[in-house]
Amino acid sequence: MTEPLLRVRDLKTYFVTEHGSGTARAVDGVSFEVQPGETLGLVGESGCGKTVTSLSILRLIPEPPGHIRPGSFIEFEGRNLLTLEPRELRAIRGNQIAMIFQEPMTSLNPVFTVGDQIAEAAIVHQRLSRRAARTRAIEMLRLVGIPDPQERVDHYPHQMSGGMRQRVMIAMALVCHPKLLIADEPTTALDVTIQAQILELLDRLQADLGMAVMLITHDLGVVAGSADRVVVMYAGQVVEQAPTPALFARPLHPYTEGLLASVPRLDAPPAREHGRLHGIPGQVPAATAWPDGCRFHPRCPYAWDRCRAEAPPLLDAGGGGEPGTHTVRCWLLTDPRRRTPHP
Amino acid sequence: MTPALVDVQGLVKHFPGERGLLGLGRPRAVVRAVDDVSFAIAPGQTLGLVGESGCGKSTVGRAILRLIEPDAGRVTIDGQDVVALGARALRALRRRMQIVFQDPYGSLNPRMTVHQMLAEPLAIHRIARGPDAERRIAALLDEVGLDPSFAQSYAHELSGGQRQRVGIARALSVEPHFLVLDEPVSALDVSVQAQVLNLLADLQQRRRLTYLFIAHDLAVVKHIADHVAVMYLGRIVERAPAPALYAGPRHPYTTSLLSAVPVPDPKAQRQRIVLTGDVPSPAHPPPGCPFHPRCPHPKKDTRCRTEPPALREVAPGQVAACHFAEQPL
Repeated sequence: MTEPLLRVRDLKTYFVTEHGSGTARAVDGVSFEVQPGETLGLVGESGCGKTVTSLSILRLIPEPPGHIRPGSFIEFEGRNLLTLEPRELRAIRGNQIAMIFQEPMTSLNPVFTVGDQIAEAAIVHQRLSRRAARTRAIEMLRLVGIPDPQERVDHYPHQMSGGMRQRVMIAMALVCHPKLLIADEPTTALDVTIQAQILELLDRLQADLGMAVMLITHDLGVVAGSADRVVVMYAGQVVEQAPTPALFARPLHPYTEGLLASVPRLDAPPAREHGRLHGIPGQVPAATAWPDGCRFHPRCPYAWDRCRAEAPPLLDAGGGGEPGTHTVRCWLLTDPRRRTPHP
Repeated sequence: MTPALVDVQGLVKHFPGERGLLGLGRPRAVVRAVDDVSFAIAPGQTLGLVGESGCGKSTVGRAILRLIEPDAGRVTIDGQDVVALGARALRALRRRMQIVFQDPYGSLNPRMTVHQMLAEPLAIHRIARGPDAERRIAALLDEVGLDPSFAQSYAHELSGGQRQRVGIARALSVEPHFLVLDEPVSALDVSVQAQVLNLLADLQQRRRLTYLFIAHDLAVVKHIADHVAVMYLGRIVERAPAPALYAGPRHPYTTSLLSAVPVPDPKAQRQRIVLTGDVPSPAHPPPGCPFHPRCPHPKKDTRCRTEPPALREVAPGQVAACHFAEQPL
């Protein structure tokens, strides 16, 4: 196996809450790796810690109220990002690791042209002249499929549609040819047609530029077509991780199973004919008070005494491949007979 | 067949083009947001109205409730001609027709408790006050699956799914017959989406509600709609009973929308049609068939560029506006 591009070990990012209601353990011991050139899907509901994980990697957590706990470890190409000096960090952030955000409306600056915003990173990181950076910005706009890039380079964000703004965000992120792109819900605010365009664009750019992508989403339908491997998060922890085909063929954590069953499918008979859509009952608990034992047990259809009392570790699910290929944080692995048909 | 509860014929809404800064300069072209839209919904049924952002679907929802004034067309709800009503009669009819908005963050008053939000419509329509109102509010919260303790909460204390439940409870408080659901689950996580869709299905059964369900995702609509209408640039381009539309779409735009839905199965080797470009501006719709610049149909020809196709019946109950509806993609 090649050396991973990014290695996250036991990441803990906590926040002190305002009203003294305790410490929010938003990310609570997360470990995973990203290999060079691969797409990793990071999946979970709002409030499960996906975004805080990605912001921690870039050290964009506001301190206070947040802080990354000692003992956490984020290694990018062999260097621990958590111990870098601000100067060294700036040389990596936006250059070798770039990020695109969910809201293309609010993450672009309304008073600068899109060309200026794309060029900025090239001027800062690669010391390009203004003229060269502008040429680069036009190239980038063409690369992300914006028609008439020569003209569009001088437009302001409000003159563009949501899908075009997301393309501009991607152009901004890729202008320095990063080795890792973190895409946080890049298609959630978009129409399905535009979502399909953006996902296809990311696939193509990844193949062309050979970068790794961390695709963060709440929709397993989105990762099915794009990701090589999937990490499922719940309540600040990784609850399952597996290669994409294995995860969809054999979702082992009841949370993964529930997420998969919630996706409205075109290839299934309509819910009104056979009753209802599967959802996951309840909601993600507050990060200040994760449940004892397995954090998913209050919403789990299979939970028994052990789940309420004892927190499960990540267990190896076997299923071919090296150990650790498919891991699951669930006691069902020790007692598979308890996996009765979904109630 | 029972008479339709909601009947919309030839609905038109054009927005005047804005002038430039300070009202100077030439006025811009008229935006034809809704252009000759017709449909009917039988009592207790759901029509799914589907299309991309900017296609006019939300304008249809608002215009039939007269939250914005339609320019032309007839809208009949519960046997009453909505467009002709005076202000007073319209207010009375508002009890029978309600709307739930997409954004559960923007559509709840941040300074009111859930209790106040539910009590207000009861007071305005003189439905209940005092202990009777309290009983109704408790029953409404229960009906939408919220614990009674939420009555004293403010919107910012609720999750997205809980806020959407409050929005639904508020709409139901006046006991409407007809609900416009404007992208009610688009802003929610998939797991919560399923909960809210199930709730809407239960409420429809229990209260015999009629829904206009507006969405951009055909997979969501499949699970709730009896009939589906697909809009593009202010016009309906296809309308059919849901099973017929999903089994055999006749308009290439419907086919493209269907193929854009992500399938949660990495083995699915689908022939994906990715539409290029954005929806053209409704102020300058393309000549001929408005969909022709993005249309992936291999037979597309000069006729598509010059002659707008009429909406015509291509199968029993199924209408489509495409010159090649007999040879679907």
